[in-house]
Amino acid sequence: MTQQLKLGRVPAGGSLLRRISADRPARPVYVALVLLVVLGWLVFALDGGTFLGQENIVGIQQRSAALGIVAVGQTLVILAGSLDLSVAYLISLTSLVTAEIMAGADSGVPAAVAAALAVSALIGLVNGLIVTRLRVHAFIATLGVALVVRGALDARYDGPAGSVPESFQHLGYDRIGPLPVSALLWAAVAAGAWLLLSRTRLGYRIYAVGGDAEVARLSGVRTERVVVIAHVLCSVCAGIAGLLLASRLGAGAPTVGTDGGYDLESIAAVVLGGTALAGGRGGVAGTVGGVLLLAVLDSIFNQLEVNSFAKDVVRGVILVAALAIYARGRRTR
Amino acid sequence: MRRALPIFVVLAGLLVAIAVVNPYFLEPTAFLAFVKRAAPLVILAAGQYFVIVSGEFDLSVGSLVTAEVVIAARLIDGSAEATWPVLALMIAFGLIVGLVNGAVTTLLRVPSFITTLGMLLILSGAVFLWTGGSPRGALSEQFRQLGRGSLGPVPWSVLILVAVAAAAVWATRARFGHTLVAAGDNDRAAALSGVRVARVRTVAFMISGLSAAVAAILLGGFAGVSAQVGKGLEFQAITAVVLGGVVLGGGRGSVAAAMAGAFTLEALFTLLNLYGISGALEPAVQGVIIIAAVALGAVRFPRARAAAAS
Repeated sequence: MTQQLKLGRVPAGGSLLRRISADRPARPVYVALVLLVVLGWLVFALDGGTFLGQENIVGIQQRSAALGIVAVGQTLVILAGSLDLSVAYLISLTSLVTAEIMAGADSGVPAAVAAALAVSALIGLVNGLIVTRLRVHAFIATLGVALVVRGALDARYDGPAGSVPESFQHLGYDRIGPLPVSALLWAAVAAGAWLLLSRTRLGYRIYAVGGDAEVARLSGVRTERVVVIAHVLCSVCAGIAGLLLASRLGAGAPTVGTDGGYDLESIAAVVLGGTALAGGRGGVAGTVGGVLLLAVLDSIFNQLEVNSFAKDVVRGVILVAALAIYARGRRTR
Repeated sequence: MRRALPIFVVLAGLLVAIAVVNPYFLEPTAFLAFVKRAAPLVILAAGQYFVIVSGEFDLSVGSLVTAEVVIAARLIDGSAEATWPVLALMIAFGLIVGLVNGAVTTLLRVPSFITTLGMLLILSGAVFLWTGGSPRGALSEQFRQLGRGSLGPVPWSVLILVAVAAAAVWATRARFGHTLVAAGDNDRAAALSGVRVARVRTVAFMISGLSAAVAAILLGGFAGVSAQVGKGLEFQAITAVVLGGVVLGGGRGSVAAAMAGAFTLEALFTLLNLYGISGALEPAVQGVIIIAAVALGAVRFPRARAAAAS
């Protein structure tokens, strides 16, 4: 809470950047991001590319948009002290729902978007209710729901299905000036979540429940409701990512979510951004930084034509090293 | 032990259900074949139990199994005399991976979920970087005997499983087991009463790494070399342990129940197969049953504690 008060004292004229930098857990990830950008610029300069050129920046934004949207949702559940391992299969499911309902026709777009969001909200509700009412650990609950969704996908689909009309594909590929529409969508989702967390009662309650559910309950917060809402919002974010991926692929695909590794990768991005896995500490700003960090890293690897297996190794090392550094910071404070 | 009872009832029920559909199931050969098929998962669950009861997670076991099998195939490359040194190397590698997991988690205070997730990425990346994308080489016949051969009527893997189970039960009854559960229940209280929490947790991770190595030896012989051999095993092992009534977060549950959980999962797969629900719907049924089992366990728990208190 003290963090929030400090935020409030930042002069109204202060830029967004200054506000974000006041978000304490997010600071290291942005320092790392700046260092990585400098490194990337050097690598590209030596390698004969232009790192800060429009093409590369647009590439980074496009690659990170889907993961970014999922990770914003994941931030909300993790802050509430929960976790969601079902997002990857949910993304596949919503991409299929979208593409099947659209069936290549413009007229199907509103219905398809509504259906995809409704399906994802429903799955989120199920996740939340299993965690709160049946008191199943979120790890098992969301893993179980993920298996159920996977079973449904395996039973119905062998490969890509449905198709998306050209008008909807603008979402995935178009740009407004230098900014891809997908990146704007990501920014809108992130800004929404940031406002929710820092300006609304629900946001404060999410922090309170994640910090200590028992204390929150004794102070009159309906903790179960907060956790359920966090799960619904997280799943809706995954649904939005599913829409975005459907528009990129032009169809729905049963493996688009798992191929992207969105479940574990989104959790990795969240904790890279300084949000505590145990809940109650962190924020969206850090997550955005975490996602950008992973994307910049990816673009440097691509420029150097590093083998994809080596990428995994480096990612693993960075993830563990970052968390070790955060843990050190917490102990000395 | 009272908390562990439901899983044995469920397991017995499933075995009876299988026997009803397939009367041959309870004959020694068929039953031993079932145990043999279940052995790797049961061993992994036993290892995972130690980590979970100490209050941590080990997500790296699946990729560790894959890594071990791929490494063994590349190093042995079909030669008989390389078998035993490579087996020793696999065991050592499992222990080292566990040591690193444990040291990073306890000394650097990285949450074990992240430590072992990082290890998962590193192992799966490094192994395929080394072999250039796909497994190479082949296992020797001696190596494969451990997974598929048998001593008289009893498969080697069943004997190994019995030895592992005995060792695991012994370890939980020993001082180490008690301090481990104490550390998982409340690490601060345990530390204040003289438990070296960091050390026992690190040993727990090493046991998990060791169990992954043993499971890899069995799976390599049984299923052969592939890049998919360990895929998803970490989640199956954790599920099995939780099915056995061991609480995520640590401090409660028994290793026998965790192993029974693994048998239950395997029996469930067998039963689903018998009813022809294979492939597509299998994960869905599995998901529902896991949630239901854990939910029932969670509901029952407070009542059991109240009864114990009165």
